[in-house]
Amino acid sequence: MDLSVTIGSLHLKNPVIAASGCFGYGVEYAGVVDLSSLGGIVVKGLFLEEREGHPAPRIVETPAGMLNAIGLQGIGVRRFVDEKLPELRARNATVIVNVCGTTIDEYVEVSRILSDADGVAAIELNISCPNIKEGGIQFGCSLSGTFDVVSSVRKATRLPIFPKLTPNVTDVASFARAAEEGGADAVSLVNTFLAMVIDIETRRPKISNIVGGLSGPAIRPIAVRMVYECRQVVKIPILGMGGIVDARDALEFMIAGASAVQVGTANFVDPFIWPKLLDGMRDYLQRHSLARISDLIGTVDVESKHKEWISS
Amino acid sequence: MALDVAAEVLANLPLSADFNRLSLAAPAIAAATAPGQFVMVKANTSHDPLLRRPFSVFEVLRSGDGTATGLTILNKRIGATTRLLYDAKPGQRIACLGPLGLPWPVIDAGTKREACLVAGGVGLAAFAILAEALVARRVKTTLFYGARTGAELFSLDFFRERGVSLVLTTEDGSAGEHGRVTAPLERHLAERRSAAAVYACGPEAMMAAVARMAMRFACVCHVALERVMGCGLGGCYSCVVPVRGEAGGFHHLRSCIAGPVMSGAQILWE
Repeated sequence: MDLSVTIGSLHLKNPVIAASGCFGYGVEYAGVVDLSSLGGIVVKGLFLEEREGHPAPRIVETPAGMLNAIGLQGIGVRRFVDEKLPELRARNATVIVNVCGTTIDEYVEVSRILSDADGVAAIELNISCPNIKEGGIQFGCSLSGTFDVVSSVRKATRLPIFPKLTPNVTDVASFARAAEEGGADAVSLVNTFLAMVIDIETRRPKISNIVGGLSGPAIRPIAVRMVYECRQVVKIPILGMGGIVDARDALEFMIAGASAVQVGTANFVDPFIWPKLLDGMRDYLQRHSLARISDLIGTVDVESKHKEWISS
Repeated sequence: MALDVAAEVLANLPLSADFNRLSLAAPAIAAATAPGQFVMVKANTSHDPLLRRPFSVFEVLRSGDGTATGLTILNKRIGATTRLLYDAKPGQRIACLGPLGLPWPVIDAGTKREACLVAGGVGLAAFAILAEALVARRVKTTLFYGARTGAELFSLDFFRERGVSLVLTTEDGSAGEHGRVTAPLERHLAERRSAAAVYACGPEAMMAAVARMAMRFACVCHVALERVMGCGLGGCYSCVVPVRGEAGGFHHLRSCIAGPVMSGAQILWE
């Protein structure tokens, strides 16, 4: 059975990718998972400089999910290239770097540095972090801003670029189209949903940043809908994510139109999830007599062509 | 390397209306656990609550020949997971990931120092295995242990049987000295000074006070932090603690992998 998928010029051995912000720099997990067994690893978002992020508390649990406002703590792109990338390369990980910027110039500069480094497979442009004012969300919430960031980085690198889109807009599909027009090789969606939790006893917000991004199974049906909507209007591949906790969830995103999936919050609950996801995908292909997982992408049957399935 | 085990509940001993001691059949984790390390526990298989919770490995259970057979956690009923753990039934399975984190540095008797363990409430859980390790090295060990009330001072015999001196305090005066654990500790450190190595685990305000006091008396001080944690492996960056950087700045360190045991002097206490 063939689990490989193609995202633009990037060939992945399977469609299961660790989501940014949920897998550290990858090296943290080398003791529990064979990093080379994943389709890819999107490392934690990087600016040019180091950042310390928000004070704790940074997370709070919610029904079937969690709220986070980490504030893009990170070691900066140069330290990443010097200190983390060599180990990732040695472990044969497919490394996708989540690139952040406060200005278009910063996105371009970080992307250039990564293009010159050995061992980066692709760039995910973070234009969607909900938790910091200057973290690209001003680009990700504007169609022209999305186009400008993508097209500027496009001129600066040959690496595949995947803008990561925010769901906190009225029409995500129009942003996917702006990214495509800007020269993106694929789009990642969705980032987290802006949300808030208040302690009614103290009347204080439960995280220091007051608001944060909601992830986990609670958001999955919305994310699936957004992947489906984007699939209708763009030709570039989609990396789908939002609350995937097992192979069935991952397959749902692929049927909705995702060429690959990212898994984030579920890795916190079960760091040994990765082989289980791949096994579940193989079981599904076998059960449905499919040779290639790529044959599943975007095959959602909205016209009920197969009425016999419904009646049975 | 961390292991994930669907550990059977061997026993659930209620200690009070809010505390219990849960024995879990996780022999491989128990055998690999060093003093101060923790496990990430999930008591349900559903998505509510979703995340695991961190717990100090309280005791390593051993068979007659010394083989590790399981571990215990000291649980205080506060939220959803701790309620499930309070109500857990023998035979039930509980997901247990570990051992995780950096352990306590265990001092040697040869240095002529003594160990002062300072526990506040459920923070006691970080000290049973440490006490065993210190006693095995013939280090003179005293446990300063504070609780709200006498009924919430647990496992005293465990420490007594191993030759640990106990200094108890309660906030309501129902057992031991009336007041906070820092009062007898201060008298002790004032006398012993740098001969004492201090280990603290408990409420953050207590650890901050102990760390400052230790600095004042030139004592080495380690604390075991209890931060809100998402993953326990360094992936989520939720459990950070501010530590002193160069040139007056600060850094956020992940207490799961740069801790939970850290130098008390390193931390920028609020």
